[in-house]
Amino acid sequence: MSGDRITKALLFVSSLTILILGAGIVLSLFGGALPAFREFGLKFIISPAWNPTTGSEEYGALSFIAGTIITSILALIICIPMAFSTSLFIAEYFNGTRTSSILRSLVDLLAGIPSIVYGFWGFYALRPLLVATGLTDQGFGVFTASLVLAIMIVPYATSLSAEIISMVPAELKEAAYSLGATRREVIFSVVIPSARSGIIASFILALGRALGETMAVTMLIGNANVIPKGLFAPGNTMASVIANQFGEASGLKLSALIAVGLLLFLITALVNALGKLIIKRFA
Amino acid sequence: MKNRIIFLMAAVALILASCGGGGSQAGKQKQVSLSAAGATFPQPFYNLAFKKYNEAGGPLINYGGIGSGGGIKSLRDQIVDFAATDAYLSDAELAEMPGEVVHIPTCIGAVVIAYNLPGVTELKLTPELLEGIFLGNIKMWNDPKILAVNPGLIVPDMEITVVYRSDGSGTTYIFSDYMSKVSPVWSSQLGTGKALNWPAGIGAKGNPGVAGTLSQTQGSIGYIGFEYAFAQKIQMARLMNSAGFYIEPTLDSFSAAAASEMPADTRVMITNSPNPAAYPITSFTWIILYRDLAYGNHTREAAEATVNTVKWLTGEEAQAIATSVHYASLPQNAALQAATLLKGITYNGEPILK
Repeated sequence: MSGDRITKALLFVSSLTILILGAGIVLSLFGGALPAFREFGLKFIISPAWNPTTGSEEYGALSFIAGTIITSILALIICIPMAFSTSLFIAEYFNGTRTSSILRSLVDLLAGIPSIVYGFWGFYALRPLLVATGLTDQGFGVFTASLVLAIMIVPYATSLSAEIISMVPAELKEAAYSLGATRREVIFSVVIPSARSGIIASFILALGRALGETMAVTMLIGNANVIPKGLFAPGNTMASVIANQFGEASGLKLSALIAVGLLLFLITALVNALGKLIIKRFA
Repeated sequence: MKNRIIFLMAAVALILASCGGGGSQAGKQKQVSLSAAGATFPQPFYNLAFKKYNEAGGPLINYGGIGSGGGIKSLRDQIVDFAATDAYLSDAELAEMPGEVVHIPTCIGAVVIAYNLPGVTELKLTPELLEGIFLGNIKMWNDPKILAVNPGLIVPDMEITVVYRSDGSGTTYIFSDYMSKVSPVWSSQLGTGKALNWPAGIGAKGNPGVAGTLSQTQGSIGYIGFEYAFAQKIQMARLMNSAGFYIEPTLDSFSAAAASEMPADTRVMITNSPNPAAYPITSFTWIILYRDLAYGNHTREAAEATVNTVKWLTGEEAQAIATSVHYASLPQNAALQAATLLKGITYNGEPILK
């Protein structure tokens, strides 16, 4: 057999493995979630009740869906100005300079910090700061979790946006300059419009990451299984409730947790697909 | 090329050396290894005890602190030699097991009410106050109800932050078992369980998580295993017991709770003890194993090692270790009962202990 064919076979087998693994995960999630859906039906998605006490067991995922979406969207809103301006700075304003390359590596470094370290930082550094502002008594809650989440997703949004901004054709920019446009005008009327879809897609992919983040959120959100009553009130997210309760769960509760996992999988897949679609449509 | 040969030779030498080392060790003594899983509440005790037992020539025991529920599940799936739980198996759970299961008590632990209040080192609590605080009805530290029980207490005008376990837990089971006994409101609203539908407060994962949150959050109060509060030097409240005395959590007051009668299978909760000297939130913690250890591909050696380990764990030497990490040792009647139960453990119908 020639080397070419061996390579081809190897590549085929490894990509097939990924496919089989992916399908297997969905299948086993679905199988595990079935008892919960059979017991509660659609109510599982629209009910905020989460009562694990034997005898009055009742599970609904709404509190966690709400917690996940609120923290992720809030994180995205906080992340946008930071990531957007940083990517403009790196890829357009100071493109090619030493400052920009240092900043770029720092942003990539942020992406490499493990979730638990962000959690620690949030727990020991950020939380006391928020308590000192007097906005909250104990510092746990939706806002704290969102703030840390935002910092965690900034590198993803930034590096992707920067990549897309630097891909804007130089001729377009030069044409604008030759017409007498200032730098600011070039950025806002040439660079951003032509990179818009890519920038939006990068934020959607960052949102996808925020949805599934677990450890740092668990340490900061307060883990109360209710729909958050306010910005500084405790809540819980889908990934976090699974991490918390999986160990001791059995029977219906285990099935309910797997169902939460399945829902999270679907939401994340949907968000990622949306991002890909936008890239494909406009790029 | 030359470099590569040197590297290869070095690698071969390393492999040979490691094989030799392994061989000579195996020659000395055939080491049995056991696997066990379950509760985190007694884990500090088990970790230390199993390590010492191994050093003294006993089997190597891998104990996974995955929680009582996980331990029970592992035993049901027959993937461990024995499991550990803080909540004894109900009749329904026992019926679900593929074989007859025996409970062996190993020590007494206590759940303490720990708090973080600047300037406050003494706090007394009654069942009524616990109910009010943990159900979210008493919201402020300077609530008149708290001050009525603690005359002269100077507390800041601060909100109470309740901290509970976000994961399923034997500690929660013990605490809620006590609360259900002393408060009808609690019993109907939350009940007893390893995880509850908490109406107020924030959750943290594991005993260490709650301990960390308490020590970092002013105005907080929560329930944790005594050893964890002790290690982190968090203030603990004195609780009013069933006789009306305010009892400090100490090993003596835990032991006092166990002085009562024990059923033959040792399945008993000793919370809210009638003994006037007893701390009210105490509990046995158990090792669970099958009555007949010939299941799956379980060897006779493993079965013997299992029974000997559990026997040693309930013996004097290990009980002294328990005391050193702040668990109360088994009272005499419980130790005797454990010994009797262990004598009934068999391998293919044959008793293992002579």
